[in-house]
Amino acid sequence: MKKAGQIQPLPEAVASLVKDGSFVALEGFTHLIPFAAGHEVMRQGRTDLTVVRLTPDVLFDQLIGLGRVRRVIFSYGGNPGVGSLHRFRDAVEHGWPRSIELREHSHAGLANAYVAGASRLPFAVLRGYAGTDLPEQSEDIAFLNCPFTGQRLSAVRAINPDVTIIHAQQADRHGNVQLWGLTGVQKEAVLAARHAIVTVEELVDELSPRPRAIVLPNWVLDAVCHVPDGAWPSYAADFSVRDNGFYEEWDGIARDRDRFTQWMEDNVLTTAAPAVAR
Amino acid sequence: MTVLDATGEEVMTIGAARELADGEVVLVGVGPPNAAANLARRLDAPDCVLVYESGAIGARPQRLPLSIGDDDLAAAAQDLVSVPEMFNYWIGAGRIDVGFLGASQIDRFGNINTTVIGDYQHPKVRLPGAGGAPEIAASAKRVIVLLRHSLRSFVSEVDFVTSVGRELDGDSRVSAVITDLGVLRPSPEDGELELVALHPGVEADQVVEATGWPLRVREPLEVTEPVTERELAELRALRLSANGG
Repeated sequence: MKKAGQIQPLPEAVASLVKDGSFVALEGFTHLIPFAAGHEVMRQGRTDLTVVRLTPDVLFDQLIGLGRVRRVIFSYGGNPGVGSLHRFRDAVEHGWPRSIELREHSHAGLANAYVAGASRLPFAVLRGYAGTDLPEQSEDIAFLNCPFTGQRLSAVRAINPDVTIIHAQQADRHGNVQLWGLTGVQKEAVLAARHAIVTVEELVDELSPRPRAIVLPNWVLDAVCHVPDGAWPSYAADFSVRDNGFYEEWDGIARDRDRFTQWMEDNVLTTAAPAVAR
Repeated sequence: MTVLDATGEEVMTIGAARELADGEVVLVGVGPPNAAANLARRLDAPDCVLVYESGAIGARPQRLPLSIGDDDLAAAAQDLVSVPEMFNYWIGAGRIDVGFLGASQIDRFGNINTTVIGDYQHPKVRLPGAGGAPEIAASAKRVIVLLRHSLRSFVSEVDFVTSVGRELDGDSRVSAVITDLGVLRPSPEDGELELVALHPGVEADQVVEATGWPLRVREPLEVTEPVTERELAELRALRLSANGG
């Protein structure tokens, strides 16, 4: 059935689609990370979430440190170019502020789990995982033999989030979305989900095609929200640059429980939601 | 030490850059491998093709990228692809000549751990996890690991096999481990990593003492070429560029 792709304020989109206990993908592979939308989920108090992302960086560190996450599905949990995610580590190593369940993949495994989800297939097939200790720790990885050649391959269970949230550069007035640059796994994550929210840098009358861009038609999206700079401290190619300084600063903020809690209170939880909708 | 006042990390990075032949397709991981591959491109391998798992193929960054997703990587790349395409069509299909990897722990057979120190369910240290490394380790024609030498990192057996160094049939996946002290390569007989070269000024005993298994020393033991002024100057310029210089 067709969806609306309706342009609406971010708080309304999040309130209508993200519930306590929801399975939420917040994708963006080192680029176009939906920070503002993730912060709105935090501000609305949503908790007991299952969250999935290939590279749960600072955004997931924040969600986990606030105790909003029950289970995280991921493939690389670091602060890229800086080091550890201290809130993620504290939750896994010491159960603070709550223990979290991990479902762990390699990038190839998780990317293919989204491909299967987008294709509405139960699993995807890939080479890899053989000989590693990862399959032993996950119910989502198994092995099978190719029915044609007998070759031993690995299988990963499909991922179908309740809602996928991404950030993109542009939408037109009808809610068709265009994103470009490093496009990661966003197309697969949107098509794998039951619902999708996209925040965008700008609204334009008409999308002009960009080289290597991905276009998501409005009828696969539930909500499109105009949130300029919605990827900060990540970036949106041709709109902003990555705030590497903040990623380095985060290391100090997240290292200390009290400093982290205060920072989140001051900079996320008590701030106003971006309300732009035109 | 060396004639020039290069640090151990600089010697390691330069050693890794020298492993790249011009024109090779290299998959670049985060950290020291990123510096090594970019250094190679500025030295004797200007036409090597840098591939970043974030989706940039043939990246030509002007600055040293802090992360593998910096905007600079996408700006002048030959092609940009999605992450599923990167892993299925490019890495998994075997189009990578050299995979450069980092590690938290490596064992005598080159198995790599980037997942946990200690027990998986109750880890002493939770590390970032697999990322793209398992497929890079399994699919690249040559795998080169960069890692500073220490008893904590060079262990007889890794706590967790994140990426496979030696396959069940005994084939070694890792072709070289370049450290701040020297170079280790798998023995042709059983695939166990052995010391094949020292960096200038390093003694074999130092390396043996910093390795958590009885390290075999291949005879004749070689000494790597001293770091040149050009190599050091280019590496330091590259590091400065990471800070916007």
